[in-house]
Amino acid sequence: MSDHTTTTEEPTRSPVAAFDDPHLRPYARHPKRAEAVIAVCLLIGLAGFVAYGALYWVGGQTQWEGVFLGVGLFGFGFGMSAWGKYLLPQGPFSEERHTYLSTEGEIDAMNNAVVGRGKMIFHRRGMLGMLLGAGSAVMGVVLAFPLLRSLGPQPKKALFVTDWKRGKRLVDITGRPLHASDLQVGGTLTVFPEGYEGSSVDQVMLIRAASSDITTKPGRETWSPQGYVAYSKLCTHAGCPVGLYQEQTQQLVCPCHQSVFNVLAGAQQVFGPAPRPLPQLPLMIDSDGWIRAQRGFAEPVGPGFWERS
Amino acid sequence: MSIITTGNGRVSRNGSRGKKPVDPVDAGVRWLDMRLGIARGGRVFLDKIFPDHWSFLLGEIALYSFVILIATGIFLSLYYNPSSADVVYHGAYAPLRGVHMSVAYASSIDLSFAVRSGLVIRQMHHWAADVFVGSIAVHMCRIFFTGAFRRPRELNWIVGVTLLTLAIVNGFLGYSLPDDLVSGTGIRLAFSFVESMPLVGSYLAFFLFGGNYPGNGDILPRFFIIHVFLLPLVIFGLIGAHLGLLVRQKHTQFPGHGRTEHNVVGTPMYPQFIFKTTGYLFMIGGVLWAMGGLAQINPIWQFGPYQPYKISYAVQPDWYMGWLDGALRIMPSWEFVGFGHTIPFEVFLPTILFPGLTFTLFYVWPFLEAKLTGDRAEHNLLDRPRDKPRRTAIGAAALAFYFTLFCASSTDVLANFFQISLNSVLWFFRIAVIVVPIIVGFVAWRLCHDLAGTAGAGKRKRTNIITRSATGEYDTIRSDRRPGDGYDELEPTPVPAFIELGESADPIGAGEGTGVRRIPRRV
Repeated sequence: MSDHTTTTEEPTRSPVAAFDDPHLRPYARHPKRAEAVIAVCLLIGLAGFVAYGALYWVGGQTQWEGVFLGVGLFGFGFGMSAWGKYLLPQGPFSEERHTYLSTEGEIDAMNNAVVGRGKMIFHRRGMLGMLLGAGSAVMGVVLAFPLLRSLGPQPKKALFVTDWKRGKRLVDITGRPLHASDLQVGGTLTVFPEGYEGSSVDQVMLIRAASSDITTKPGRETWSPQGYVAYSKLCTHAGCPVGLYQEQTQQLVCPCHQSVFNVLAGAQQVFGPAPRPLPQLPLMIDSDGWIRAQRGFAEPVGPGFWERS
Repeated sequence: MSIITTGNGRVSRNGSRGKKPVDPVDAGVRWLDMRLGIARGGRVFLDKIFPDHWSFLLGEIALYSFVILIATGIFLSLYYNPSSADVVYHGAYAPLRGVHMSVAYASSIDLSFAVRSGLVIRQMHHWAADVFVGSIAVHMCRIFFTGAFRRPRELNWIVGVTLLTLAIVNGFLGYSLPDDLVSGTGIRLAFSFVESMPLVGSYLAFFLFGGNYPGNGDILPRFFIIHVFLLPLVIFGLIGAHLGLLVRQKHTQFPGHGRTEHNVVGTPMYPQFIFKTTGYLFMIGGVLWAMGGLAQINPIWQFGPYQPYKISYAVQPDWYMGWLDGALRIMPSWEFVGFGHTIPFEVFLPTILFPGLTFTLFYVWPFLEAKLTGDRAEHNLLDRPRDKPRRTAIGAAALAFYFTLFCASSTDVLANFFQISLNSVLWFFRIAVIVVPIIVGFVAWRLCHDLAGTAGAGKRKRTNIITRSATGEYDTIRSDRRPGDGYDELEPTPVPAFIELGESADPIGAGEGTGVRRIPRRV
């Protein structure tokens, strides 16, 4: 801190004549040159601002806007910083750090005030104190209701169900139902239950594999008629759509975190962070050739959560 | 012309009232002083000393990026509409005409193409956000490696860590707002992260989104108000606290000529620092504006509108989320199932527990270090990182750890680029994330010891000039001492109470050409 604050009488009026003291001379060795450079910088700034204004006026162009105002602002700022550095004295100046520590006495007084007055409040007022505490706690809890609970519904069973039901026809995103003749072997399509096109939880990858290649798990023998297999498209890792199908290896890949699932073996995860296979949707083909769901998914789709057993 | 700054307002007011013609500055100061008593404290404030070191500018980058974020953000908020209602696009960008999309996405496209300078400012906002988080991180490294967090500055460290956390969260929220295919995928992941929490996860996720994903359309308006109001307000307040603590406790400084634990050496707030720092604000603004115009970032019109069943390849978040994405990718699939419940550790651990632990460790570091070293003294002089090998090694290892995780967020791109199997890349990172920090930490520790043992390390070298005479004799001359060598440096002096420029004094030409007293340049 400078000496002026410690002066209690009429401050010294004898001014420091600038530039007699080397601390107060400009930092630049050649101030005239520095001034010229700074002038050029400020001019660049000015020119940049004008150019941007003019460009804006005539209709604008993204890249040139960036150049004009970017260069203008930089030049202007550089000139200003250089002015502050090269044309102004740089000292070195110093200020003292004055301790902000309180004395022992002041600390004691503070402690005494906190504790003593605290005792004054609560002495023989134990019941009031308890009421105050209980009231505050209940207030805190009930105020959380509108702040949190009003925001949305309880999950209830929502994470366990989808809109896939027994007999639901498979449709594409436009709502067109899928016929058994629609996909070639190796073909793939994102499908939804009829009436729920575009729904997040219901999205299913429909793949047509050669029937002979499919290794069915016990109990799933009838789930893949004519080589059609259907798996939930929600990754069991973090819920991204498992959108990449590698036909050569017959694998589904999640583009988010690279979990890989084996299409031919019940979408068993073969690699990556996914903890579970993609849930499989049992399919059937009705007498007219429409592909339908035998029933809904046997397990929750998507990533894991606490209530899942 | 004569400029007189009074040091003690009260005395000079009594002494000089009515003697001078009305001076607007004098009148203004007196008017305010009679109501608020500003002269004494104000003068001290104008004299506040700012140490000169380039590393002190890192925090300023963060501060000014925030200023630019607010300015560009206000502009964007005048055009952006956070509604997720479905519209058919008929706007300025022809390739998307006729496509179904949310109002939010349509307004983001239109503010880029139909509003003049809109694209520059949107891209500038995005760049500024990346620079904001980046400069906070680098600034934090400076504080860490020089020990500036030690007593009495632990509180400011805590405020700073909180600012880093909020900057990352608000960056993610802003990234989500355009509702393009990539940002929508980010929101989908956010739902899964929240959902992964034991006991409360699915409840919190349903409350936040207003139902099962994708919710009832409330998420964008909610993200919007948090992004543009709630968090900026908190960040603004915390920046105020950050700077308030800085003024109260004064700056740290590197040891050097005339610098002690009990003083601060540098240049005063007014006019030197104000000029330099305001210019710096404009320079940062200029760089960011030029990047906004020239360097494309987040071309949302190429990604298309978000649809829950669509996904794009090689999706990656903004850089500051990379360490979390990397952790999520290399985490093994350790789902816990039992007692009728599931804990998806493969998501919960890398996205909730891990950042929680990270920031907890940041928060407690000053106290942890004080406990480990037993050093609880007040420190105003900074450490040279080489003088603290253990801290530097730990910091370097931590940086290597997070950087490896960051690189792991591009496993798919790396596998594609080098034509190697994804499996190998994944296992490489699972091992590297443990091995690389150990190596980096050890190397840093060795380097510190070697540097600390080198005489004159960190000091400027004096060049040896070798000359050859006409007869072929070689001679070595040491070059002149140079500024910053520690010689000829002026003693630090208090800011003078009064400065008077004489009529004839020419501030610009002063000293030029005389060659008598050259002021050594300070470094």
